[in-house]
Amino acid sequence: MGFNILEPGLSTTVQDQGRIGYYRYGIPQGGSMDQYSASLGNRLVGNTRKEAVLECTYVGPRIAMTGDVVIAVTGAPVDVFVNGESVPQYERLSLKSGDELKFGVIKGGTKYFIAVQGGIDVPAVLGSRSTYPIGSIGGVSGRAIAAGDLIPIGKKVDNGLPDMQSVPESDRPKFTPNVNVRVMLGLYDHNLSEKGLKSFLDEEWTLTPIADRMGLRYSGPGVEWKKREQPFGAGQDPSNIVDAGYAVGSIQIPGGTQPIILHRDAVSGGGYAMVATVISADMDLVARSAPGTKTRFVAVTMEEALAARREMTARDARIWS
Amino acid sequence: MTKTAEARYTWGGDEFLFVEITEGMSLESNFISNSIANALESKNLGGLVDICPANASLLIRFNPDVMNYEDLEQTVRALEHDARASARQVLETRIIEIPVWYNDPYTNETGSRFREGYHQRPDGNDLDYAAEVNGLADAAEFIKRHYESPWLVSMVGFVAGLPFLYQLVDRQHQLQVPKYLSPRTDTPALTIGHGGCFSCIYSVRGAGGYQMFGVAAAPIYDPTQNLKDFKEFMVFFKPGDIVKFTPVDEAEYRRIQKEVDGGTFVYRQAPIQFDVGAALADPEGYNKTIMEALNGI
Repeated sequence: MGFNILEPGLSTTVQDQGRIGYYRYGIPQGGSMDQYSASLGNRLVGNTRKEAVLECTYVGPRIAMTGDVVIAVTGAPVDVFVNGESVPQYERLSLKSGDELKFGVIKGGTKYFIAVQGGIDVPAVLGSRSTYPIGSIGGVSGRAIAAGDLIPIGKKVDNGLPDMQSVPESDRPKFTPNVNVRVMLGLYDHNLSEKGLKSFLDEEWTLTPIADRMGLRYSGPGVEWKKREQPFGAGQDPSNIVDAGYAVGSIQIPGGTQPIILHRDAVSGGGYAMVATVISADMDLVARSAPGTKTRFVAVTMEEALAARREMTARDARIWS
Repeated sequence: MTKTAEARYTWGGDEFLFVEITEGMSLESNFISNSIANALESKNLGGLVDICPANASLLIRFNPDVMNYEDLEQTVRALEHDARASARQVLETRIIEIPVWYNDPYTNETGSRFREGYHQRPDGNDLDYAAEVNGLADAAEFIKRHYESPWLVSMVGFVAGLPFLYQLVDRQHQLQVPKYLSPRTDTPALTIGHGGCFSCIYSVRGAGGYQMFGVAAAPIYDPTQNLKDFKEFMVFFKPGDIVKFTPVDEAEYRRIQKEVDGGTFVYRQAPIQFDVGAALADPEGYNKTIMEALNGI
């Protein structure tokens, strides 16, 4: 039993909670960009949080079912069709063998998720099924799915289906054209001039189309760096540092022009100064942004970041109770 | 070992502690970073997720649900103190020979596609430019300077298994070349790159901003784990490894590639002790000693 891929979509990859602990080798954590949305899908189809899903980007795949399956589509708003008939998102769907799933136009965000009872059952590599295309590991042969792939589905998880047939409106993630992203200043923020730091925090930044699983680039007024003598080995530009590890969610501003938020498939290190890091509770929010999203970076303290994380954990516990 | 300033501690959000040993690169800073990383690793602390030693800094990932961030900082500060106080800086490591086809057609072809708007010098290739900015006669002289001395793996990262390499010579003899003005969207797999004072080996094909000097003949990242050197893990390099580049011609490059394809290739390598103090005191003499370890292997 599995998914017979008729058309792969723009960039559809297998993802799960990620491959944690290999960043030291340059292997990124990966995993669903919008973890909350993916987790809602797994909840609806009776999986645990750990099962792998398909992450779709803008244009989804066309899939023929090779057996009876239970699925759910969550994440960015999109038209979903089964055998040409419109079906709802955030709701458990039962499909029969031969049924065809396809997608229409996306109406916000960039990523939506197909969860299936039993999970996508490709082999785990370094503890995860997440696809890392640059390193050719995880997913289907280390790449995005392709037409003709037959993607295996795992055995049902024992605990059966939850009472929840659909996700209540209040628990669904929002996809909005304006977001406030909470960040913790730090790392190399002291290399910004006072004016530069003020621009970073007070100005509005717009997400450009240069945004993918590795990073999201924003346009705006730019920032100013302090004038200083560059340390040995760092490179000439004031935005350069001696190559260092990059925190996931950290924000670098090469040349002082466009801030880049590193996301789940980020390079693990490099020579650009990072000036802040998106707090863990807001990484999904960044992942839900579509190009054009007006973004403000709001500085919070460690204690505020941890409080936001506790809220996120509490919501997760409620959904999974 | 210098015991002057303390490292700078700062947070990368609520999951990362960043420790900058020094702003500038040095062998001592790299050694301290790796000492802290190893000591922290051996503590097996619950909630510690990943330890990424870098050139002159350290990135530590933790799970704040399990580990208190202030406790972590205190632990690492104590380890930093120990690392700085340690009198003898000796690393049990290995030296590895990396065959390189310098001035090869693959990197030259790629380089020629990224000139206008990407590169400082429209004429010639990256080696010509590197020779010029280092005041050397020509590309051949630069290549000689590149393979004559050993290099230390000072960091692994960027993409899967990519080593950053720090040249083990006096600072005034270190090769330094600016990065591309704007990063390329393509770099051949196994390209020998150089940016600032660091060389690297691009483990996989992809974007990159370092100058390109040649291609290594054998893989350093093997997700299929087919070759013997990769049976335990798909990534070959570890921080602290020492690299000896050996120039090869096209015929030798092709012969090695055949061995790789046939699954019989193994790296020539030998265990060594690397003494930071000795290396700093007499780089030239010490380099000769460590490179002798490969003789007869």
